[in-house]
Amino acid sequence: MTAGSAAGIEVRALRKRFADVGVTALEEISMSIAPGEFVSVLGPSGCGKSTLLRCIAGLEMPSSGSIRVNGAEVSGPPEGLGMVFQRDALLDWRNVADNLMLPIDFRRGDRAMARARAASLLAMTGLQGFESAYPAQLSGGMRQRVAICRALVDDPVLLLMDEPFGALDALTRDQMNVELQRMWLAEHKTVMFVTHSITEAIFLGDRVVVFTPRPGRIAEVIEVGLPRPRRLAVRSSETFNAYASRIRTLFEGMGLLKEEA
Amino acid sequence: MGRSWHGGAMAAGVLVAAFAAWEIGVRAFRVKPIVLPPPSAVFAEFFSAPGWYLGHAWYTLLVTLAGFALAVVLGVALAVLIVESRLMEKSVYALIIGLNSVPKVAVAPLFVIWLGTDAEPKIAIAFLIAVFAIVIDAVLGLKSVPPDILDLARALRGGRLATLWRIRFPCALPSLFAGMKVAISLALVGAIVGEFVSSQRGLGYVILAAQGNFDTARVFAAILVLAVMGVALFWLIAWLERLAIPWHASQKVHLPTP
Repeated sequence: MTAGSAAGIEVRALRKRFADVGVTALEEISMSIAPGEFVSVLGPSGCGKSTLLRCIAGLEMPSSGSIRVNGAEVSGPPEGLGMVFQRDALLDWRNVADNLMLPIDFRRGDRAMARARAASLLAMTGLQGFESAYPAQLSGGMRQRVAICRALVDDPVLLLMDEPFGALDALTRDQMNVELQRMWLAEHKTVMFVTHSITEAIFLGDRVVVFTPRPGRIAEVIEVGLPRPRRLAVRSSETFNAYASRIRTLFEGMGLLKEEA
Repeated sequence: MGRSWHGGAMAAGVLVAAFAAWEIGVRAFRVKPIVLPPPSAVFAEFFSAPGWYLGHAWYTLLVTLAGFALAVVLGVALAVLIVESRLMEKSVYALIIGLNSVPKVAVAPLFVIWLGTDAEPKIAIAFLIAVFAIVIDAVLGLKSVPPDILDLARALRGGRLATLWRIRFPCALPSLFAGMKVAISLALVGAIVGEFVSSQRGLGYVILAAQGNFDTARVFAAILVLAVMGVALFWLIAWLERLAIPWHASQKVHLPTP
């Protein structure tokens, strides 16, 4: 793994079928993500967007088609991967500092070398002073901040986030959006961010990939031209609303949003 | 701290009251000492030869701890195999669940035939009675890892052994300690059963020999020592639990949020 680099992703004609339950989750997915790009993947629940993320992470094998991360075919979890889940997946028995060391421990790395990086990430998220706290002592937002720091601590080339703020209250969620953007601007990792919030997808993404209901296909890819750093107020701007209404129109066309019963 | 003091004082109070009621009841109703001796007689019996009682208690304690330690080591090893291998789960685990319903006490005489009349058959019985609680709770604990965390371990390219050591084991600890609390008491039962079947030493032997002489006070004195031992062993495990898993929900302390 080369420090400070970011990975590109190539997905070609990806199809994923879960034979045991007879469900086709993904159909004909082709997309590419440039190194350092922030891509939001937006779709209704159960549309297969999480499956796409899991395929890129090498946790699921495609039924057909191919995925390349940094030019290498994915046959298992690629090197230099950071992941964040909806439930923070922190280890209850490790304090904050030691939770951040998990990626280092798994590759038998040198903890001492990673400490400085861990400390600066914790400072960036306002968690300094909480190094020795256990997850049970933290709020939901703080826990998810720790999870994000853990995903970044080993300097990954690719960050995969699966509805990371879905379980947080609205205010905390807004705050986390701002913080994630700040971290991304500082680090410029390649990020794939799965969400079902239209606002979140536009606010964070360079592009928004909109999915159809199952079997998931790409309905449209929207380039978000809003300058960065984006402030929360941008969400009530005319440009922002134009993007949002375009996506809502797409969802209405799929029969997902209906005004009348 | 104040609260636990309070609880201790309450428990001691209830104990003293129970002994007082026992003493008064036996005297008031003139119960024959051979049926139920008063606690004063039981204590007098114990303090007539405390060293002798403690010597036998020591033997029983060693047998119990040996059986328990064996149950923990082999039980956890078996649980790991069951969790890591689909085949083992289908074959061995099903068998173990079934065997657990067999009354293990009935097998005790067999161990005497196989292992002789020394400590070995008693340790074997203590082990056999205790091991099921360990295996079942350890399997439960090893399987209690949230799927997200297992995915994370895979995404971080953690091998099977690393995942077992860094994820599954710590995750299993609360459940394993619950199993050990049950198992330590069961091991004590096993040790006494073993001494009942054939022995010249231990509190089980003391009880059986005293029963032969209709020495009820001695039976009660031995039972009292056993009770103290059982409670002390349980506390020992509870104390180890607090040391080993300070992070568990039972130890929760809230910090101010930033």
